[in-house]
Amino acid sequence: MTLNPRLRQILQAAASTAVLLAAWQTASFFFPHYLFPPVQDIVARTVRILVNWPELKQVLETAMRIFVGLAGAFLLGSLLALPIGRYPKLESYITPFLVFLQGIPALSWVIIAIIWFHGTEFRIAFIMIITTLPAFTFQVLDSYRSMSKDLFEMTMSFRPSGWTLFRVLIVPTIIPGILTAWKINLGNAARVVVVAELVGATGGVGYELLRQQQLFDMAGALAWTIQLVLFVLVVQQIIVWIENWLLRYRPVSERAA
Amino acid sequence: MADPLIRFRDVTKEFNRPDGAGTFTAVDRLSFTIEKGEIVAVLGKTGCGKSTMFNLLAGLIEPTSGKVEVTGHDPFREFNFFRGKIGIVFQNDRLMPWRTAIDNVVLGLEILDTKQTEADTVARRWFSRLGLSGHENDYPHALSGGMRQRVSIARAFAVEPDILLCDEPFSSLDEMTARDLRAEFVRLVKQAGKTAVFITHHINEAMDVGDRIMVFHRPARIAYEARMDAASREGSGRQAVQDEILKVLSLEAGEGMPAAPAAVI
Repeated sequence: MTLNPRLRQILQAAASTAVLLAAWQTASFFFPHYLFPPVQDIVARTVRILVNWPELKQVLETAMRIFVGLAGAFLLGSLLALPIGRYPKLESYITPFLVFLQGIPALSWVIIAIIWFHGTEFRIAFIMIITTLPAFTFQVLDSYRSMSKDLFEMTMSFRPSGWTLFRVLIVPTIIPGILTAWKINLGNAARVVVVAELVGATGGVGYELLRQQQLFDMAGALAWTIQLVLFVLVVQQIIVWIENWLLRYRPVSERAA
Repeated sequence: MADPLIRFRDVTKEFNRPDGAGTFTAVDRLSFTIEKGEIVAVLGKTGCGKSTMFNLLAGLIEPTSGKVEVTGHDPFREFNFFRGKIGIVFQNDRLMPWRTAIDNVVLGLEILDTKQTEADTVARRWFSRLGLSGHENDYPHALSGGMRQRVSIARAFAVEPDILLCDEPFSSLDEMTARDLRAEFVRLVKQAGKTAVFITHHINEAMDVGDRIMVFHRPARIAYEARMDAASREGSGRQAVQDEILKVLSLEAGEGMPAAPAAVI
């Protein structure tokens, strides 16, 4: 029997999840529950967070911080990448700075932000933007550079204004790169926001994780972690839908299905 | 006599060598004129500078020395003056993969700020003229090579340019499709009274399309010129021109090449 490829993919994912859950449940029989709580406890805590508004609000607060950080980094990254792409000489000035930023650990930025700034939200936004900015810049720059010389010359043959060139050629060219950048940076941002909230916030998933650590509550820690994972998965899926719609012009080989 | 529409005056174009070791000359003191309504076929071996001449004419690159004039204006420096005045059909179709076939035809009109409804009407008219009806909403990858090239021809014609520049537009197509499109192209150019520069490396194509043929030798100097009339398009007249072109093309650049353009047949 030949299974629908999509259904096969879902079954494979379900099978590997089932194996993981079974292994965890088995461990819970042999180890204390503060180390390996039973799966049903974790699921119950996860659902409670989702249906309990004050707790769900904490998740949404974190989600909002991720969005603000990513949107800020994306805008700034694009503002840096497009002039670099247009005027390559700028690259030798800006790239070393971005590479330097990339080398600084997120935790160092947390310390720096706490010393430099007062407001919690501003601190977190700063940390999110500064840690994801280099990746956004490099990815947008890369997609700008992948612009076809042939299409550029063809478009230029109609003598477009700068804005029209941007609209009809540059934006469609960099969209695949932008979507990839969002997918990659979403995971990074989810990790960084937890660190930022852990140290400098009074709400959000990171703050709740800190509380679970103080209570030695493994089920709670996992339930809050799952919230973040679920959030990343949902947003990834939304990006995939947007990608499928925006890039619907791409041919797909029957062999690739 | 009226001023020529296109004039090259002692145009030289040099490029830096990729290894940084000096420059190489792609076009060397090239001079010629093209009158309004003419179709000039430019013929030459690969690497003889035809495409460089084409890019100079399109205003995509600037001459190192000399002067390129189109309707008395410099196509490189007066870039915006030529909005909508020059249409280009490239060697490959250069369709935007994210636009449907009809949207690719609309592109030039959109850049020229034509109203959307009007642009759509014009694009559909060209679609119909080029036998593309029914494929308006297809993406380029779903079209055959011949259809894609038809779309690119429609895109160039849709803006109603005064001058059409074609850089080996049918070289990647099979002979049957190329022949049909060639005939269609000449018909459209003549019907609309356009001026066209048609670059090719096929002798027969140059003879079928051009009112005049210019044969280039590296680095883009005119080694031979022939005016095509009814007599030179058929029978022994055609054979004579063909033999002459073959003879010129078989000469190495510089070897036996006349200092000035050869006499027009």
